[in-house]
Amino acid sequence: MSIKRNWWKVLAIVLVLYTVVAGLLVPVPRLDIVNESIRNLYFHVPMWFGMTIILTTSVVYSIRYLRTPTARLDTLAHESAKTGIVMGLLGLATGSMWARYTWGAWWTSDPRLNGAAIAMLIYGAYIVLRSSFTDEQQRARISAVYNIFAFAAAIPLLFVLPRLTDSLHPGAGGNPGFSNYDLDSNMRMVFYPAVIGWTLIGFWITQVSSRLEFLKQKIYEKQLA
Amino acid sequence: MQKDFRLEWRQRAALNGMLLYVGSTVFVCYLSFALRGGQLPAPAWNALFWIILLFTAVNAAAKGFLQESRGRLLYYYTLVRPQAVILAKIAYNAVLLLGLALVGFALYAVVLGNPVQDVPLFVGNVGLGAVGFATTLTLVSGIASKATNSSTLMAVLGFPIMIPMLLLLIKVSKNALDGLEFEASSGSLLTLLALNLIVTAVSYLLFPFLWRG
Repeated sequence: MSIKRNWWKVLAIVLVLYTVVAGLLVPVPRLDIVNESIRNLYFHVPMWFGMTIILTTSVVYSIRYLRTPTARLDTLAHESAKTGIVMGLLGLATGSMWARYTWGAWWTSDPRLNGAAIAMLIYGAYIVLRSSFTDEQQRARISAVYNIFAFAAAIPLLFVLPRLTDSLHPGAGGNPGFSNYDLDSNMRMVFYPAVIGWTLIGFWITQVSSRLEFLKQKIYEKQLA
Repeated sequence: MQKDFRLEWRQRAALNGMLLYVGSTVFVCYLSFALRGGQLPAPAWNALFWIILLFTAVNAAAKGFLQESRGRLLYYYTLVRPQAVILAKIAYNAVLLLGLALVGFALYAVVLGNPVQDVPLFVGNVGLGAVGFATTLTLVSGIASKATNSSTLMAVLGFPIMIPMLLLLIKVSKNALDGLEFEASSGSLLTLLALNLIVTAVSYLLFPFLWRG
């Protein structure tokens, strides 16, 4: 545990602690309807940033796997995708709770909400696909192909489509939200560290779960030998 | 490439089956709605049409790889490059789905009425949709054919990827139904075209990796 190699973990802890404390205590602008629930910005939005970054990492690992097939890259792609799913589900949960108290419904037919649900379905399919192979190398290669294909075919659209249509979601259709006048300097001071902190936590989770997976593979190989 | 296309064309025994599949699905929809009597509202008409097309596409495209015997795949492998195989499969599926979609539309319009006000736009949109379904589902059927429970996987893997495309298609065809001017849907049409190109390009790049298995 040298601080040189693990400084980012310390940073992650500090930033997330800072987010939780400052996010709940630092004054926020009073806006109609949204009121105090604007603090959800520090928890909900970073989940999507983190999810997107980690899923992109997963695709990068998949591409690297197809170039040089090693079990390590496959495990990393898989674990990144799993972390991405967890962050996505947390994002959905925080968003849903927020929507219940500001819009009055757990779920509305909104392009962003539907897009998030589609992304979860895609990665659910990825996990199902992985579980339906017996041969490990075949599983690794074909799920890498699906990972890249699904990412290229669907993810860009999930970012484009919400911008083409009006919606209730903050930051769209003239609703107050992200990067407008209301994200004042106080909020920025919390929001940017929150994004970095939660994303680092995501990477940390991925690292730990991949290490666990490597150890399991090692034990398995020992048992075979 | 041309030879491969001809190879595909020769085993078109499934074609009649697929035509009958579209026909009977449309007829079942017609009968179930006729019980209620009266005309379907336009949004429901639209949604039902695309759902029929979606399921037809999944069934038709699933045949592409699932029906291939191991021996025949090996034979292709010795004969042509994998890129030629995937392009031929995509082309074949596109033509197949295009035919099925047009026949489906004709039947559908005959039995359930035709509220479309801008028929050229609607047909063009159906064409883009058929090609889009073909490009997406060809690689998905290739992936699914390698796994153990392929027929379930086909739907599980394919549907989420197709939803964004389907949303665009439904939006454009709603515009065509309402007879809006072309400018209203040109952006979505361009997005669809771009999406088709992206999916074809990615399939072209990825298929060789799938093929090796």
